Amino acid sequence: MMDASVALPVGNVIDLEKVRVTFGGAKNQVTALAETSLRISHGEFVALVGPSGCGKSTILKLVAGTLKATEGHVFVAGREVGAESARVGMAFQNPTLLPWLNIRDNVMMPLKIVPPFKKDFSRKRRTEYRDRVEQSLARVGLAGFGDKFPWQLSGGMQQRASLCRALIHDPTLLLLDEPFGALDQFTREELWEIMQQLWIDKRPTVLLVTHDLKEAAYLASRIAVMQARPGRIVDDSVVPFSRPRTIEISFQPDFVSLTQRLRERIMAARAAQEATP
Amino acid sequence: MNETTRRRILSIVCILSFFVGWEVLCLIFNVSDIVLPRPSQILITLWTRFPAIWPHAVQTLYTTLVGFALGIIIGVLLGILIGSSRLAYDVAYPLLVGFSSIPKVAVVPIFVLWFGAGTVPAVLTAMIMCIFPIVVNVATGLAATEPELQDVMRTLRATKWEILWNIGLPRTMPYFFASLKVAATLAFVGAVISETVASNRGIGNLMMIASSSFDVPLVFAGLFILAALGVALYAGFSLIEGRVTGWAVRSETFTGGG
Repeated sequence: MMDASVALPVGNVIDLEKVRVTFGGAKNQVTALAETSLRISHGEFVALVGPSGCGKSTILKLVAGTLKATEGHVFVAGREVGAESARVGMAFQNPTLLPWLNIRDNVMMPLKIVPPFKKDFSRKRRTEYRDRVEQSLARVGLAGFGDKFPWQLSGGMQQRASLCRALIHDPTLLLLDEPFGALDQFTREELWEIMQQLWIDKRPTVLLVTHDLKEAAYLASRIAVMQARPGRIVDDSVVPFSRPRTIEISFQPDFVSLTQRLRERIMAARAAQEATP
Repeated sequence: MNETTRRRILSIVCILSFFVGWEVLCLIFNVSDIVLPRPSQILITLWTRFPAIWPHAVQTLYTTLVGFALGIIIGVLLGILIGSSRLAYDVAYPLLVGFSSIPKVAVVPIFVLWFGAGTVPAVLTAMIMCIFPIVVNVATGLAATEPELQDVMRTLRATKWEILWNIGLPRTMPYFFASLKVAATLAFVGAVISETVASNRGIGNLMMIASSSFDVPLVFAGLFILAALGVALYAGFSLIEGRVTGWAVRSETFTGGG
């Protein structure tokens, strides 16, 4: 058994410093994220939970570099985001596979874009990279599906392929935007186990956005609760359970009381949110 | 397979019966071949005067294809520019719409003034005829690219060029091929317009001379040649389209990729 809080390299992978995000003009300005600071160190698995519209995805987009902060600074691996920084892998709520590529080429895409894999791409795409993709697919139960096109696969299988794509280039930072949200319960639990094993093996820093408290408590080593209007972090707690965790753990009293406490925190946040106009 | 064969046979029968009906109606009403020649007369004209018609057909095909190729190159480049830049869109769109509204016959004399009569104006007219649909479709395709697909690339820190090459252009292919089928037929129209006005070669010129000497079967023979060339080009691009953009229609036989 391995403890989540042991022997991590020092330094923050993600560092949000007094970040604010607003949309719209001067008249109908919407604050998506009030002044927020968040630090995530190397190898942490952090889950962001909260009601919809609380700015979970906004934080993820800031870190991914697809959204710019209105105020404040976002540092990833010690550098301001946008420049060449950490090796990022991302999985979205939808599989977002490219319909014109088969599963193998879809999963291989990051190797074509991300250095240092990029420079050997044309030389290794049919040998080393191909094997790498096949291994990755086999790991999530998609062995032999490399030649299929996305539309020939079920939603759950597409989502597995999408996870493979997020992980194929050994990212040091993994951003997960509710990637298990649209799946049935059994597929979801199966992918949680795969996800946990991957994290234990490679120890990337993970930021997971989810509205599933069980998922957060099962996977994460730290859970941040957010509140909407304006979006902000209202609670930040460590998940003490040892790894590897099994689905059975979710029926134990400690686990249940943790999810119960988080649930109450979010309910309170929702109530506060409804009270404000 | 049985179903497709039946459909094919049915369509061939319908097309043939159109020509048979034409033939029969001309015979019943005793229509003079100066007004409307019968299909059989047109075929005979095609056959007997083939050596005279052939060089003109080759000339028209040549000018059309060169103009079409130039049109594709310029159309795609303009489409990419307009589809990926807000400013280029605002500037170029009104210009393009205005330009495409001009009757192309009016432009031919200008080309003749600049380049002299003959091949060059025909090539240029074919080109400008097919630029517009290509530009509009490529620009639309790029603009319609799902932002989520671009986000996938942006989180990987892909450059703008890499996003265009790996997401934008493949996504645009169905739009591009749809425009090619329209543009291919328009290119013929452009080339023939120009040949009619200012050339001593090509099907357009042939038909011009034939009609001035009331050789109506030869005029119709020219029309048949044009139609056949147009259909051939269209079919060619449909074939390529099926191979390249089968993913868009989820064709089970599509095995592209790499």
